[in-house]
Amino acid sequence: MPGKLKARIVAGRHLPVMDRASDLTDAFVEVKFGNTTFKTDVCPKSLNPQWNSEWFKFEVDDEDLQDEPLQVTVLDHDTYSANDAIGKVYIDIDPLLCSEAASVISGWFPIYDTIHGIRGEINVLVKVELFNDLNRFRQSSCGVKFFCTTSIPRCYRAAMVHGFVEELVVNEDPEYQWIDRIRTPRASNEARQRLISLMSGELQRKIGLKVLEMGGNAVVGYLQCFDLEGESGLVVRAIGTACTLDKLSSGSAPNTNTHMPVFGEDLLSSSGPPTPFRALPTSSSSPPPFSPSKPCSRQSSSSDTDLSLTPKTVTIISKNPLVKSLCTVSDTAVFFYLQEFPFFTLTSFPPGFLVHVGGVVSARSVKLLDRIHNPDEPETRDAWWEEIRQEIKSHAKALGCHAVVGYSESTSICEEVCILSASGTAAILNPRYMLQLGLEADGRWCVLFSRFEEPSPPSCGFCHIPYDELNMPFPAQLTYCYHCRRQKVPDVLFTTIDLPPEAAVTGKGCLIQARLCRLKKKAQGEVNATAISNLLPFMEYELHTQLMNKLKLRSMNALFGLHIQISVGENMLLGLASATGVYLTALPAPGGIQIAGKTPGDLSNEQHILTIQKRINDTIAKNKELYQINPPELTEEVVGSPIPDPRQRSRLFRSHSESSDEVSELDLSHGKKDAFVLEIDDTDAVEDIHSLLTDAPTPTGFYSCNTEVMPGIYNWTSGVQMFTSVRVLRLSNANLTNQGLNKIFTDLCENLLKSFYFKLRSMIPCCLCRLNFTVAVPEEELIQVRNLFSGISIAFLSFFSSLPSCCLLFTYSSVGPLPALSEPAVSSLDRSSPLPEGRSRSLRSNRSFAGGSVTVVKMTPLSFLPGTRIIKYLGIINMFFIRETSSLREEGGVSGFLHSFIAEVFAMVRAHVAALGGNAVVSYSMKECVFMENPNKNQAQCLINVSGDAVICVRETDQEPIPSMTNIGQTCTSGTDGAT
Amino acid sequence: MAVELDVFVGNTTIMDEEVYQLWLDGYTVNDAVKVRMEGGVMEECEASADVLLSDTMDQYRTFQMCERLLHSPAKLANQLLFQIPPNRQAILIERYYAFDDAFVREVLGKKLSKGTKKDLDDIGAKTGVTLKSCRRQFDNFKRVFKVVEELKGPLVENIRQHFLLSDKLARDYAAIVFFANNRFETGKRKLQYLTFQDFAFCAGQLINNWTVGAVDNMVEDMDVDLDKEFLQELKELKILITDKDLLDQHKSLVCTALRGKTKAFNEMEANFKNLSRGLINIAAKLTNTKDVRDFFIDLVEKFIEPCRSDRWTAADMKLYLTHYTNSAHILDTFKHQVVWDRYMGVIKSCIFKMYHD
Repeated sequence: MPGKLKARIVAGRHLPVMDRASDLTDAFVEVKFGNTTFKTDVCPKSLNPQWNSEWFKFEVDDEDLQDEPLQVTVLDHDTYSANDAIGKVYIDIDPLLCSEAASVISGWFPIYDTIHGIRGEINVLVKVELFNDLNRFRQSSCGVKFFCTTSIPRCYRAAMVHGFVEELVVNEDPEYQWIDRIRTPRASNEARQRLISLMSGELQRKIGLKVLEMGGNAVVGYLQCFDLEGESGLVVRAIGTACTLDKLSSGSAPNTNTHMPVFGEDLLSSSGPPTPFRALPTSSSSPPPFSPSKPCSRQSSSSDTDLSLTPKTVTIISKNPLVKSLCTVSDTAVFFYLQEFPFFTLTSFPPGFLVHVGGVVSARSVKLLDRIHNPDEPETRDAWWEEIRQEIKSHAKALGCHAVVGYSESTSICEEVCILSASGTAAILNPRYMLQLGLEADGRWCVLFSRFEEPSPPSCGFCHIPYDELNMPFPAQLTYCYHCRRQKVPDVLFTTIDLPPEAAVTGKGCLIQARLCRLKKKAQGEVNATAISNLLPFMEYELHTQLMNKLKLRSMNALFGLHIQISVGENMLLGLASATGVYLTALPAPGGIQIAGKTPGDLSNEQHILTIQKRINDTIAKNKELYQINPPELTEEVVGSPIPDPRQRSRLFRSHSESSDEVSELDLSHGKKDAFVLEIDDTDAVEDIHSLLTDAPTPTGFYSCNTEVMPGIYNWTSGVQMFTSVRVLRLSNANLTNQGLNKIFTDLCENLLKSFYFKLRSMIPCCLCRLNFTVAVPEEELIQVRNLFSGISIAFLSFFSSLPSCCLLFTYSSVGPLPALSEPAVSSLDRSSPLPEGRSRSLRSNRSFAGGSVTVVKMTPLSFLPGTRIIKYLGIINMFFIRETSSLREEGGVSGFLHSFIAEVFAMVRAHVAALGGNAVVSYSMKECVFMENPNKNQAQCLINVSGDAVICVRETDQEPIPSMTNIGQTCTSGTDGAT
Repeated sequence: MAVELDVFVGNTTIMDEEVYQLWLDGYTVNDAVKVRMEGGVMEECEASADVLLSDTMDQYRTFQMCERLLHSPAKLANQLLFQIPPNRQAILIERYYAFDDAFVREVLGKKLSKGTKKDLDDIGAKTGVTLKSCRRQFDNFKRVFKVVEELKGPLVENIRQHFLLSDKLARDYAAIVFFANNRFETGKRKLQYLTFQDFAFCAGQLINNWTVGAVDNMVEDMDVDLDKEFLQELKELKILITDKDLLDQHKSLVCTALRGKTKAFNEMEANFKNLSRGLINIAAKLTNTKDVRDFFIDLVEKFIEPCRSDRWTAADMKLYLTHYTNSAHILDTFKHQVVWDRYMGVIKSCIFKMYHD
């Protein structure tokens, strides 16, 4: 009996009227955990009931504490008929299980109903008393901290990075069970919400166990996803990076202003002056003395054999002791073992951690879904992912790298077809950070942050090629590094990670997107899967070409934070690649783009080509100015490279496999064609060039990127806003061509961006960071010929202060550095009823009129809040909501419905964070937003999954959280001055 | 290729003040887009009509969702759905409760009933205010009326605290409630020259001096109903016109004081008895609800119009009324000094306010 959960129901407010006759409600509350339920008394005839209940005590296993949410149901008592449910609150008590996180959950929670939305609020207090259990066979993993943040959290230092952890759990989807035919939509939605909450609890617990096994105490870069496979079930899977974190005392917490991911203070402080000579070999002909690339590539043959195995065997391998790779570090003679998957979900690292970056590695696989027969043995799904990871690993090997950083996985499902995707950046990590941990039983690979003499890496080191120049995995053009002139660098670099803070950059960065639509025939089963997997390589190729051209057009030579999403629909595939382009000083300047006609004789054509060429040249020149790219002029000394085709510059290395497990590797380079030349030989090419040039430039004063920070901009203010936008487009025309679709899709994305710029025009200068686009092709059950696009994007923006910013809309945020309020919501308890209930009280004597106060909670997809310091992480926020309506028109149509749902989700996230005592959510993301509608029946349903880290942050200068409450009395008087 | 769904939601709710005003003014989305286009917002940031439409729709939706909360502004501060900075909340509320003077002038003194609501389209057509905006304003009046009707304490303060309005706006609402409650006639042609602000000023005077609240601040409806006892006492003032001696005495005192000080002296002297009778009769009749309703029309007919036809200047009016009031104190047989002051104080300031073209 290792835990006691205690809950108290204090009061409710703004309840809906449940009894039409009296215009009042007789509310009571049921508190349920596991199979135990407690009830409060009925508070008759009140819309603002005060229950002040006793402490309800649940004595439970800590395993249950991790899996189950506390379920609070508010009901309306009815003497004659069944009690009506008003709504529910699910409280995840996981943050209370970790001693370093929150100690109490207390505050106002919106009462949520899947049909009616938010219906009033309830004040709840929750505490947990945990007894230590040292049973080594235990199934719980209390105390393991989870972070969505993909860097080492700000107030911790990493004592050790253990590596990749993954887990998945499957279950039947309640929506597709037979019982769903007879129960109400509400019951079905609630069953689903509860199940997913349980499953993610279980998943987190299991991952926690793995972490404990590895000797870690935290998971960083935790990425949890749902696969709604429909008939075949529900999969919840997660990946993360296991670490051992040490808390830094708040006084010594490093300053976040540097925008550096902080691994540990001593790492930063011990970094000496740059010593490239010691860190990097001067001669490229001999392998770097400590570089593990050689041993790795030798080793790769053995692991390549793994790949040729059938999926079933791979599954067996995954259960067997792990594939080991031994790397020798000659100068220190330190050994380290490679974990089965040396993957890191982190995207930013401490200076010097990354030695070399090879390029993007990605793998996709098309699978046919079938019913999950035994939920306790999710073998098939495991095997699928195993397969993909093996592929990624072998790609990384081929690039001469022993690790994959910035690793992520995703799926796209349409009916029974599922595309699994994984991508990451192949890299070599600094062996100086790695120490052998003795002969650890499981032979897992560990990265230990030792207090070695730490040579500060040069600002170009990570660009240097990790692979053997003579034995290149793909053709590429190499030059000597433009920064140090000692090592070879490729001409273009694509990565999925954030720009390393120490990297030398010329000018500013910008968002670069490639968009693509491909029609496919409607088909079923195997045929459909084959058709899709045949299309995938072409899509990748085209997306890559687009990215390349757009990069050149902006005169840049590297992409960071690259994310390619391929989405499958009934009769089309959508591809969207987003990345942040930058000009890395170390890499050569990109050449221009040349247009060549197929028929040189044709004079009118020639003329046409000349105009286009001029336009392209003008655009490049304009962009250079816009992004302030003025690289120092260097005498061109192209290194004599032995590569047969020196003009190739592809950095992408990927492959596709379908169910039959045929690994087909794709060379994304442009065949034998000169890559700088775009040939206009048919309408397609014209269209391509046209779309290249029609990308609207970012309006002055705006900057956008999809990485954490904007390269080249360092003066951030604290005015931070987070937005979510969803757009769905209906394609009316059934016979669209690929070109037509491409145009529509491109316009959709461009318009979305334009819309942001317009809406945020009053905040200029501002930067949209972490712009995260997601596309989907929602299916439609009733009407056959119908396609919908949806682009979900989450934008974060911030002002930088060097420019005289005028923000009328946000006078609020310009008042103080951080308008976030952090007084715990508890303190607002006594002020909870702002309106005098009775008519008898005189207002004159009640002049103070302390209004209710709501803690302001900031949300941001970044891992930090500019201008503030995170002093405490309170736990992970991972919430799943379903909203359904059968009165769509009355709720303002689909837009009205979704608008209020998203607002409600925000409100619930804020309420949970405030109840934990936090004032911000960092690394926030909306993972899932599935929207379905049936206008004929006036119905719609939407599922949203959000996650993030709840934190307390303080202004950079302050030690204590800013205790400011929004008081109505004050607001009124102070606010009106501005209004009149 | 229609945009099926298009939403933009921020963690902090952002609102464009210009669009809010258009929404309040009852513009449809399309009309609002037109207005915005003409306003030149497109050139300013290279936006297209689509972008403008999408933005306007988003904002309109937000306002519609907020409207429910604006009906009880105190809720806006402790609701959890929208995170709105306090100063923006204040602006939202203040603007929502703001009204068009032209519109309020039409409904001032009318019963805030369904019947009146039915006539709103006529009023809208007459004043050029959209029906939607008329309805909002009318519903605001009604809502405020209903809430404060049952509250004790000072009217202005109650409105200010319950609806979180600025002092100025709360005073205007107090006037509207006061007029609606007492059903003062304001629609007659002769009263058309008076603006809402004239009436609001007078209402303030009446509330502060003639209501129960002026003497006792702990009674229900104290600021809405006139003090019955006081109205009864006003009958005593009749002596000033019924007693011949007193009337003559009063006249001579006033004339002595005024002589040589104004060009309109002759007219003042000639009209003294008429004017005095007019004012005293108004006072004496105020016990009848019907006559209370005609208070303003009576003031205009019995006093302002005669003076205006004699071309009194505002200064003349001030001079005359000051001496008229003060001279009564010197009349040794006149014992109702307190009532007289309470009555004339209000009348004086009302007439000053109302005496214009």
